[in-house]
Amino acid sequence: MPSIMLEFEKPIAELEAKIEELKSFSSEKGIDLTEEIKTMQAKAEALKKEIFDNLTPAQRVAIARHPERPGTLEYIKHIFEDFVELHGDRHFGDDRAVIGGIARFRGEPVTVIGHAKGKDTKENLARNFGMPHPEGNKKALRLMEQAEKFGRPVFTFVDTPGAHCGMGAEERGQAHAIAANLARLMKLRVPVINTVIGEGGSGGALAIAVGDRLMMLENSVFSVISPESFASILWKDPARAQEAVAAMKMTAPDLAELGIVDEVVPEPLGGAHRNPGEMAAMLGSRLQEALDCLKKMPVDEMLQKRYEKFRGIGQFVSG
Amino acid sequence: MFKDLFRKPKYVTVHADTAKKDMPDGLWQKCPNCNEILYAKELEKGLKTCRKCGAYFRVGARERVRITVDEGSFVETDAGLLSTNPLGFEDYPDKVARAQEATRINEAILTGEAAIGGHPVIIGVMDPNFIMGSMGSVVGEKVARAVERAIDKRIPLVLFTASGGARMQEGVISLMQMAKTCGALARLHEAGLLYITVLTDPTTGGVMASFASMGDIIIAEPGSLIGFTGPRVIEQTMKIRLPEGFQTAEFMLDHGFVDMVVPRADLRNTLIKLLDLHTTGGNGNAQHYA
Repeated sequence: MPSIMLEFEKPIAELEAKIEELKSFSSEKGIDLTEEIKTMQAKAEALKKEIFDNLTPAQRVAIARHPERPGTLEYIKHIFEDFVELHGDRHFGDDRAVIGGIARFRGEPVTVIGHAKGKDTKENLARNFGMPHPEGNKKALRLMEQAEKFGRPVFTFVDTPGAHCGMGAEERGQAHAIAANLARLMKLRVPVINTVIGEGGSGGALAIAVGDRLMMLENSVFSVISPESFASILWKDPARAQEAVAAMKMTAPDLAELGIVDEVVPEPLGGAHRNPGEMAAMLGSRLQEALDCLKKMPVDEMLQKRYEKFRGIGQFVSG
Repeated sequence: MFKDLFRKPKYVTVHADTAKKDMPDGLWQKCPNCNEILYAKELEKGLKTCRKCGAYFRVGARERVRITVDEGSFVETDAGLLSTNPLGFEDYPDKVARAQEATRINEAILTGEAAIGGHPVIIGVMDPNFIMGSMGSVVGEKVARAVERAIDKRIPLVLFTASGGARMQEGVISLMQMAKTCGALARLHEAGLLYITVLTDPTTGGVMASFASMGDIIIAEPGSLIGFTGPRVIEQTMKIRLPEGFQTAEFMLDHGFVDMVVPRADLRNTLIKLLDLHTTGGNGNAQHYA
């Protein structure tokens, strides 16, 4: 059971606590309560299914931002072998909001790049809550180009509230760094598979979210701006963030409907954080399928398809 | 007069509708920076620059084209593309309609073919009066088409930017226009064609983090606000006061992100000079050394 329960999970948490209570009571007193416990467990499962089958967009955002939600590091640990982390952008510094390196995926050397949030306050501060500075984007660019040189497929994991906004980031060219990544990713001559695993916030997310396949975990979100900023810009009222979440169509199912996302990867019941191992196994097999498919394609055809995929995004009429 | 050349021009914001309300006959315009009363005709002749304090008025797209290209050479393209309302925002279509009326353009960028100093170019000019020059589907599409047209015709591309960033009302579709335009520009660069961007007030957000930053040569108009995150958001989020001059064209020049800051009066000649230096289809001697 996760140690942090979200507001809408409270009824599940209460039931689960009751079950624990019954279990300890039965073992302490030596009374057989197996039947009762079984009934309660079935009830808890049904309730969980009921709640998670009918998540509101705002509830999905809460899951996407859950402090215990598995991040890039966990997926690297579960899905890849022999990970070697590489540091630094070769210009200014090493941005710990972005991690990257070389690993094996089903035996094959690949490049892995992802946003990294912290698990506690100290790590969150070190990793700037997963918000990259220009250095993070430049490190990602360097690793992509390295992947191209050595013919390694690239896997990216997107999990950021957005690019860092601050004086240093502006002085060192946040905008240029993002633009450079977008242009380079469109031309990178190796398969690129992007997965939004938590929050995909704005240009900061997009800087490593361009490629041949865009996957989103079922409870992840991807948006042009945070719902809080959206509400404050459009309605001059940040308190209307929950409303903004629904209006913005930022959840994985919404974006699949809009044709932005290629694949939505189902999560274990109750969200990825309730069973990171199962989540990683599911994602790993989807990544493998996607890579197998891309590897069959000649590189020029793959790049043409990548171009057409983004070239075709947009809704307008010719008057 | 001579001293004025070295004075940093300031931008003043005049919204198309308020400007109209203030002067019903359209003959006079007040400089909101120094309150000087300016004769509208004179203001236009002076490239929308206050003759007293040197402040720049923001220039709409049609007017920018007029003061930039060879007279009579502009042929507009993709004027019929219209945004839809993909996320179903209640007041969005009205907002677009009002902006269309104010700017006389279908969207926040005006595109076409023209000549500058006799050089054929593809030109695109964003209009800050069109929902803050924000980029949604149509802006992304018009930029991508302009880029592809430049590739087809093997002529240089010149884009004037003015944008607050992505169009909020089209959500993540707007965000994706960044990748779309950068993808097209990556092809243009591969084709060895010249791409010049002129950053005008304001160029921020998703436009700055995509096609505005990708010029072979990046020019900025003096005093323009240029950056990724807008100054107000930085101040609110980081709880700091930004120093004077932060994120101006001059700041960007100092930090190495633009090639030159060029006063409005010299822009056309600067473009001509640059185009002259990239003759033979915009790619200079690239073929010779290939």
